[in-house]
Amino acid sequence: MSSPLLSITKLWSSSIGKKIVVALTGIVLTLFLAGHLSGNLLMYVGEHAFNEYAYFLHHMLHGGGVWIARIVLLVCITLHIVATVQLTIQNRNSGTKYQVDGTQRSSLNSKLMIWSGLTIIAFIIYHILHFTARVGNEYNNPDLYKVIYDGKEYHNAYKMVIDGFSWFPATLFYVIAVTLLCSHLSHGVASIFQTLGLRSSKTDALINKGAKLYSIIIWVGFISIPISVMLKIIK
Amino acid sequence: MAKLNLTLKIWRQPSPDNDGWIETRKANGIPTEASFLEMLDIVNQEILEEGADPIHFDHDCREGICGMCSLTINGVPHSKEEGVTTCQVHMRKFNDGDTIWIEPFRANAFPVMKDLIVDRTSFDNIIAAGGYIDVRTGSAPDANSVPIPKDQADWAFDAATCIGCGACVASCKNSSAMLFVSAKASHLNTLPQGQPEKDKRVLAMVRQMDEEGFGNCTNQYECEAACPKLISADNISKLNRDFALASAKEAVATV
Ligand code: SF4
Ligand code: FES
Repeated sequence: MSSPLLSITKLWSSSIGKKIVVALTGIVLTLFLAGHLSGNLLMYVGEHAFNEYAYFLHHMLHGGGVWIARIVLLVCITLHIVATVQLTIQNRNSGTKYQVDGTQRSSLNSKLMIWSGLTIIAFIIYHILHFTARVGNEYNNPDLYKVIYDGKEYHNAYKMVIDGFSWFPATLFYVIAVTLLCSHLSHGVASIFQTLGLRSSKTDALINKGAKLYSIIIWVGFISIPISVMLKIIK
Repeated sequence: MAKLNLTLKIWRQPSPDNDGWIETRKANGIPTEASFLEMLDIVNQEILEEGADPIHFDHDCREGICGMCSLTINGVPHSKEEGVTTCQVHMRKFNDGDTIWIEPFRANAFPVMKDLIVDRTSFDNIIAAGGYIDVRTGSAPDANSVPIPKDQADWAFDAATCIGCGACVASCKNSSAMLFVSAKASHLNTLPQGQPEKDKRVLAMVRQMDEEGFGNCTNQYECEAACPKLISADNISKLNRDFALASAKEAVATV
């Protein structure tokens, strides 16, 4: 094996090394959420703005941009999942179990990480089938989802979002998943700092508050859209 | 003199190969001024008089400095009292009629030897892997011949108060040894005397820790709450940083 490859293998096989991978991929995914949310909030600006934004995403770098983003995200998500699942399995088999529970400090969010994470994966798959692959719906039908602005043809992503969230079960699953995402982030974002060695007891309170604030912004931002659709605030 | 009548639920296990079980035993007439270990001494005296096998538990100094005592009391290593070892827990903290669960420090890397005694050799192996400095032997150097800034000296001293008891592992949901390893590594890594071997030390100690079968830290800080010496998880943050840097340097050096 060549030496750089050997170093990567060594890092991956060590507990801290694998956690560093989780933290770094976590940063990418966390920042992606902020970008995704700011795009989504254009739903409040209106149909035109949202559809133009969707058009931009699909056509930047001649359509290559969206694929670069997809590949980067896919790699990050895969590494994040494989590492955390392996770490969790090791942890579950490490042997600390008592007759009486003496938990003193672990937060509920921290204990739920693997379950919130796995729900988020299930949601991401559903979400991609729903809005990206557009399986089992009519969103690719140009008769229904085409708009023309200034003689140029756009996909009506705006209408797609409204139709997507007009079905209650979809909205419900969405809200549950985003809520678990919020829980996942509140422990995850704070953990990034500890794992990368950037936290200390002096900055602890600030980091925890920042992580909570960030996850609440993500939560409110994302769920406000289906709720606004349901309440006909966006129509 | 107040006396307590207690119900003890104690882990009994004749040998590493036997299955263990919880034994229920009454402990009557325990004086409130007894320490927790003295309470067990009283119970053991009764067991000996019955001609049975006494409860085996570890202890040595009984003043909170050696790190031998290792009982999980009501689910918390060294009990829920903050900043004390098992031997510093006193019966006045309990009430008459209480049921007390007493279990060993649990982790696969700490196999039970008998009853409440666990084998913590895995910690020794981690120290042997890098928890030392190489020095020239000879007469002791003059005090202050190596100037050390106060903040570094304080950090190193705080880290050095770790007594190697293993409560951090036993309290961790993942049986991670990160608090212990980070305290031992950062004690030396902070001081000028520890600098020459810093990277080597960090890599070797972390790799040995993984080798011994400890779990992976999930940043829940149970260890900080259980540690009798109140070792700070700031050490873990520092260990993560030092490990990342040492790994990067190692990778570059091999290219
Ligand atoms: S860090 Fe604390 S709990 Fe862990 S071994 Fe050292 S003294 Fe014991
Ligand atoms: S017996 Fe020495 S620390 Fe408890």
